[in-house]
Amino acid sequence: MTIIQPIAQELEPHPDVALVDRVRGGDVSAYDKLVQKYERQIFRIAQNITQNREDAEDVMQDAFLKAYEKIDQFQGNSRFYTWLVRIAVNESLMRLRKRRTGKMVSIDEDVETEEGSVPRDLADWAPDPEQNYNQAELAEILRKTIQGLPQGFRIVFALRDVEGLSTEETAETLGLSIPAVKSRLLRARLQLRERLSRYFRRKQGPGETRNEK
Amino acid sequence: MTCSEFLALLDDLIDDSVTADARAELQEHLRGCEHCEVTLNTTRKTIEIYRSHEIYDLPAGLRERLHAAIMARCKKGC
Repeated sequence: MTIIQPIAQELEPHPDVALVDRVRGGDVSAYDKLVQKYERQIFRIAQNITQNREDAEDVMQDAFLKAYEKIDQFQGNSRFYTWLVRIAVNESLMRLRKRRTGKMVSIDEDVETEEGSVPRDLADWAPDPEQNYNQAELAEILRKTIQGLPQGFRIVFALRDVEGLSTEETAETLGLSIPAVKSRLLRARLQLRERLSRYFRRKQGPGETRNEK
Repeated sequence: MTCSEFLALLDDLIDDSVTADARAELQEHLRGCEHCEVTLNTTRKTIEIYRSHEIYDLPAGLRERLHAAIMARCKKGC
């Protein structure tokens, strides 16, 4: 008799599951491991949302503490990382609201802008444009450029493209629909591209004109 | 395919979530449109640059402060 092989191999549990179980059992060192694993991402998300270093430090600390306290509420039907990201996003938005008292802070703001919907600067970039700048200069350019994005676009770009969350995870984390995430992501990418063009465009040699080809 | 139609599918193309038919149409458009080719390449590059460069330094001592805060919380609860 032929043995029918299972089509899909049973999925290996994510390594975080074992760490979370150890934390639930009272092993704090397992939580240190989770912190080490995700501190950079959580700090980056907090910086990208709050645009303030001090706030980002507080958000990171509060998010990890809150996750630690609530670890029993973690259901395990999402990744620990996306659960942690959701806490960090909420903490970041709360921090922004505190800082801008009286001013509405919402991830829905500025969504009506049409800037960047249609590319205007169509000059090609140098082959490895980032090599024309040293690390500090490049980091400054990238920080300044992402800072200029409307908040609702910046958060979507940060979660989706920088942190690698899926469209679905991003939508769930931000309480947005999937089409809203997609439309913001496209506009975020195009606006960043447009703004980076001024630094990265190919320098024209003497006698060359644009769109020569 | 017009440039606007191309642009509407740009993200799906970058994220590799287009059907084979749509991909063929997009590629056909790219062959004749330098502007869309530049837009595609530089948008891809934008994402790649943001993904591969750390633009915020992690503050020194942050991990230690966090560890101390967690230990303090732990003494109370666990």
